[in-house]
Amino acid sequence: MSFWEYANPRKFMALTDRAMPWLFTLAGVSLVVGLVWGFFFTPNDFRQGSTVKIIYLHVPSAMMAINVWVMMLVTSLVWIVRRHHVSALAAKAAAPIGVTFTLIALATGAIWGQPMWGTWWAWDPRLTSFLILFLFYLGYMALWSAIEDPDTAADLTSVLCLVGTVFAVLSRYALIFWNQGLHQGASLSLDKEENVADVFYHPLLLSIAGFVLLFIALVFYRTRTEIRARRLYAIGLKERMANA
Amino acid sequence: MIALLTRDLRLAVRAGGGFGLALAFFLIVTALVPFGVGPDTSILTRIAPGILWVGALLACLLSLDRIFALDFEDGSLDLLATAPIPLEAVVGIKALAHWLTTGLPLTLAAPVLGVLLNLDPQGFVWLVVSLAIGTPALSMIGTFGAALTVGLKRGGLLLSLLVLPLYVPTLIFGAEVVRRGSDALATATPLALMAGITAGSVALLPFAAAAALRVNLR
Repeated sequence: MSFWEYANPRKFMALTDRAMPWLFTLAGVSLVVGLVWGFFFTPNDFRQGSTVKIIYLHVPSAMMAINVWVMMLVTSLVWIVRRHHVSALAAKAAAPIGVTFTLIALATGAIWGQPMWGTWWAWDPRLTSFLILFLFYLGYMALWSAIEDPDTAADLTSVLCLVGTVFAVLSRYALIFWNQGLHQGASLSLDKEENVADVFYHPLLLSIAGFVLLFIALVFYRTRTEIRARRLYAIGLKERMANA
Repeated sequence: MIALLTRDLRLAVRAGGGFGLALAFFLIVTALVPFGVGPDTSILTRIAPGILWVGALLACLLSLDRIFALDFEDGSLDLLATAPIPLEAVVGIKALAHWLTTGLPLTLAAPVLGVLLNLDPQGFVWLVVSLAIGTPALSMIGTFGAALTVGLKRGGLLLSLLVLPLYVPTLIFGAEVVRRGSDALATATPLALMAGITAGSVALLPFAAAAALRVNLR
């Protein structure tokens, strides 16, 4: 029994079929508990007031925006190296979720930035690199939808994902060079003493877990849809071959 | 390989190749900016490095879809793919031909447009140097984008959506070199970083572009 057995679409479908209800329930419970705890049962920050509470949406979605891209990179690599169709379809399924997380991060950031920095938008390295990440997601999705043959599309988007990753990382560091920013540094590092205070930290961890679970559940859900679409496509091809 | 290079150059320069188009486009874009922001020379001096770089970048973009499209349509790309030279080398030559017909003329024409935008006198050298080092990266990245979209019917728009985000680091460092040069600051750091991007693109992207071409020719 190895991990790669789940590259078999039938095995994958069987596993996800059993896992889906659990995943959605767990994601729902941790999101509801994390967000309700964060919004209603934590004190206001002494300087930021109640606006600090947007952290429970902003930080998890920003983390996920990057992690989804990393997941797409890994699944693209698996597709290129081992040619497992489920992997390519999972990358395709993840992109719209990733772009949504990126948008949520940008939007909540703007809503948070307006009262705190006095501006909706600043050309800060972190903000700008998220905008560029957003463009990368758009290009990736556009390339998927532009190519008819699914295997060709999977190949080309995988190559784009690899090259895009290199350039996304390059842009990130080029932007630090370009402009110093308003955004604070990392506040959730594992190796640092100075993190967010514990009152905010625990509900934040819970909502991050909720976002991760929600992402896994949605990716499984969308990948199942993609697999079914591929089966339909194959049936259609067979019909046409039979009638021709 | 040299035969391929001369063939591509000849095709680009002769009628219908769109050789002068990129230059004319560059001229028009930079000439439009003062209409947009007003004729105030101090503002123009300040934004000139950025405008010149963005203009060169857009002019580069304009001719990208021609790199492979014509060869793909008449089937010569299939011949090139089965030719004894590796496809990576074909891609490299194509990028070089694109650079010689767009990047190099843009670099040489940029100082003239710098005069129009009232670029600081100290900036001219750096403008030429940065474009000379940076435009090969633009051509190479663009060739990769063209290889990705070669089989598509309406690839042009998609091509710009794919390629423009990839241009960001080059643009940042390129414009920074000119800005620092105009202000008589040290330019070595951004110049070295941009040269690094160019070297890395030229070394690695032919493989990615050739892989994409092989998929598209399958």
